[in-house]
Amino acid sequence: MSTEGLTTSAYIKHHLQNLTCSIQEGHFHCAHTAEEAKAMGFWAFNIDTLLVSLLLGLIFLFLFSKVAKHISTDVPSGMQNFVEWVVEFIDGSVRGSFTGRSALVAPLALSIFAWIFLMNLMDLVPIDYISLITQPMGIGHFKLVPTTDPNATIGMAIGVFLLVLFYSIKVKGLGGFIGELTLQPFGKFGLPVNLFLEGVNLIAKPVSLALRLFGNMYAGEMIFILIALMGASWVSFSFTNTLLFSSQIFLSLGWAIFHILIVTLQAFIFMTLTIVYLDMAHQEHH
Amino acid sequence: MNINATLIGQTIMFALFVWFCMKFVWPPIMAALDARNKRIADGLAAAERGKNDLALAAKRSAELLREAKEKVSEIIALGDKRASEIVEEAKAQAKIEGDRIITAAKAEVEQEVFRAKEQLRTQVSAIALAGAGKILGREIDAKAHNDLLDKLVAEI
Repeated sequence: MSTEGLTTSAYIKHHLQNLTCSIQEGHFHCAHTAEEAKAMGFWAFNIDTLLVSLLLGLIFLFLFSKVAKHISTDVPSGMQNFVEWVVEFIDGSVRGSFTGRSALVAPLALSIFAWIFLMNLMDLVPIDYISLITQPMGIGHFKLVPTTDPNATIGMAIGVFLLVLFYSIKVKGLGGFIGELTLQPFGKFGLPVNLFLEGVNLIAKPVSLALRLFGNMYAGEMIFILIALMGASWVSFSFTNTLLFSSQIFLSLGWAIFHILIVTLQAFIFMTLTIVYLDMAHQEHH
Repeated sequence: MNINATLIGQTIMFALFVWFCMKFVWPPIMAALDARNKRIADGLAAAERGKNDLALAAKRSAELLREAKEKVSEIIALGDKRASEIVEEAKAQAKIEGDRIITAAKAEVEQEVFRAKEQLRTQVSAIALAGAGKILGREIDAKAHNDLLDKLVAEI
């Protein structure tokens, strides 16, 4: 905890800052402060988010495709057992919530669940450990948890939203989809009201997906940072400092154990809502 | 915490991961799971069939055993019957043989009696002749009185 010369608010800000980089005037440049990152505008990339999520996605796909390649119908063992357990769990969830038949929904649900679970799991890595690696490399900011970056969650929610639009139009036709947006619940004479209500209904899907996940993980991360601050206030050996330091250990342990639940739960909620939204897109309701 | 092009990258990554998962991960695993389910179902069905076969075989063997027992007791009964028949036959034959022997013996005895009677008759006639001769005191001409004597013998 290199907090010397660092105020509490600077410590918190430091941990909430992504590694934002963009190409400016022909050369690659990374922001050092939040203001600088903001000034980069839209065409900048949070390298840490992209890198970590890419890595975690590859780990998931590597493990699962390795098992899928050598899968046998004999008595499963080890890794195959685990993979089959996960797959059967996802398959059960999809069968429970999705009434149509689709080759996409189940693997989509598996990808979402595994990927978000792994990204959330990064929250359990002690927050200052990553800087032990990145600091010597000259990288100032590095957020290890991609799901505490709204870009990541919004990005995935956009993906789901596009699928919802695609299947709505594919199943009901463009006219059917527009009709669903405009002709209910109040018939054709209440068209503006209908459009407003159904539009909000439609837009609420990706927004709720993205913000629920982001909010939960961001808040969890924030509490980890605050807990970490307790021990960071250590200056000299005194009763208060010792008390704070030991509370940090117990609090972070307790919060981490509780967080295991949140990590899994948020991944599961994102997956289930995706399945439900796609199910709604497949159905001609009302 | 700015919204920037990261979300485009994230969306593309998301799409690629889902595509890969849909293409190379999910189908083989699901196929294997289905295949195993089928194998287990087949195995259970085969076990059930085997059990039925076993029960059937047990029933059949019990039936065979029962049949064999019946046959054996039948054969034994037949044997018993035949044995008693043979004994009866032997008895009957023995009786016939005995009767035959008895009749033969009787005939012989009768013959013997007849012969003895004949002998006695001749002897009696001789004795009577001798007695009569003695009584008359004279020689009886055997030749002259032979008719008389023969009559006498016939009378005895």
